[in-house]
Amino acid sequence: MLNITCPFCGSRSESEFAFGGPVGGDRIDPNNSSDAEWVEYLTVLPNPLGPVQEKWWHVRGCGEWLTIWRDTHTHKILEAPHVPT
Amino acid sequence: MKQKYSLFSLARNAISGHENWKQAWRSPPLKSNYEVVIIGAGGHGLATAYYLAKEFGITDVAVLERGWLGGGNIARNTVTIRSNYMRDESIPFYVKSVAMYEGLTKELNFNMMHSKRTMVDIVQTYPKMRELRRRQLVMDIYGSTYEHISTEEVRRRIPALTGGGVDARLPIIGGMVHTDAGVNRHDAVAWGYARGADERGVEIHQQTGVTSLIQGPNGAIAGVETKRGTVRAKKVIVAVSGHTTTVTETAGLKLPLRTMNLTAFVSEPVKPLVDVIVNCPDSGFYFSQSDKGEMVIGGAPDMGQSFRRDIKQHVFEDTVASMLSLFPAFKKLKLLRQWGGHLDIAHDASPIMSKTDIDGLFVTAGWWGGYKAIPAGGLTLAHLVAKGTPHPLMSSFTLNRFKHLDFVMETGTTTAR
Repeated sequence: MLNITCPFCGSRSESEFAFGGPVGGDRIDPNNSSDAEWVEYLTVLPNPLGPVQEKWWHVRGCGEWLTIWRDTHTHKILEAPHVPT
Repeated sequence: MKQKYSLFSLARNAISGHENWKQAWRSPPLKSNYEVVIIGAGGHGLATAYYLAKEFGITDVAVLERGWLGGGNIARNTVTIRSNYMRDESIPFYVKSVAMYEGLTKELNFNMMHSKRTMVDIVQTYPKMRELRRRQLVMDIYGSTYEHISTEEVRRRIPALTGGGVDARLPIIGGMVHTDAGVNRHDAVAWGYARGADERGVEIHQQTGVTSLIQGPNGAIAGVETKRGTVRAKKVIVAVSGHTTTVTETAGLKLPLRTMNLTAFVSEPVKPLVDVIVNCPDSGFYFSQSDKGEMVIGGAPDMGQSFRRDIKQHVFEDTVASMLSLFPAFKKLKLLRQWGGHLDIAHDASPIMSKTDIDGLFVTAGWWGGYKAIPAGGLTLAHLVAKGTPHPLMSSFTLNRFKHLDFVMETGTTTAR
């Protein structure tokens, strides 16, 4: 089980969170991109064997959305939000 | 080479102390050039090799496996074979696959220990019941079987089901019966296809991990780089489940796939207790009792992408807690072992069997519950590779559907709970 750091609640159990998917690229301009680029933007997400940036929702906690870097093989969280003291 | 398995061969070899059995497949030296290279000696890779040789006469084929034959996801599933899907595109494909599985013991001369034992869905919410009734109407068109039964009938068929009464949080409101469903022996599927392919000239190379794809000057596929040297081929099939994008990205090819970990676990063996496959879509678990007597139990996938093959404690606990709410007697069962497999899922939860933007490179991926699809998946992919055009049963499952945003949104998979 992961312990994910919420910027408001600190380190909390993964079971309090919902997964929000990997962070994709920025939205491209549909008027200035080819069909292939648009389809790639819509359907292709990063799927690395290694670090991935992803969104989590602290739905059974404070309701905050947050972003972490996590390794898909070791499950180690490499970068988490800063918790103000 | 051919050594037929039968009662007589068993008796003959028993007399000679079982010392004269021939190896089921060869271990030939690795050549530097083949007509077709298949990456991954799992279910789909081996089945594709077998049907390439048998149906299309293409025997200059090498199956390259990083680990050992049948050690990937074909050994990491719950051997459930069924065809109760939702979409017009999916159902005929799985109906074909189930039918092929039923004849596989004869076809491969290898005992699959196929046990056609019916699946019973235990339904606890009205939206789920409506969805399954809708699936029933679609399945009726394509010759699959689904039938509604009452709560009393569910309990009569599964005596161990003592939870889910009127005062439960989710009382049972009825069930659906899928009589085509069955289980079999996963090792036999891998070994049977390997033996059948080898017999027809296909080479299987274990401990031959592919490190990257090689493209020619014109961009077409030229072969693969392996730990044992370069292997050239004009056609390369990627059949590596969760590592599909890891392999294709070595040639710069991006695919709409995410890799996830799906796990299962097994109890100690007990006397025969449940003779059907039990699926509880509302509670989020399913199980069947193996021939050895173990309960083979599966639940939901891990949250987030994962290339791991272990189970997260809370995923396991959630599955057990839901199971005990319906089967409180299982509290006494000891659990023996667990496993996970990483598999990739496409944007619309349907499989991808397709040519790619790289000429000569084929992928079979996005299998979520790919075990049941092995025979039909192998046959139709072999058709695509040999003839260059998709088999009618899988023409909706190519990458073209992403180009045209014409998805086959599948809800009949494990993850769709």
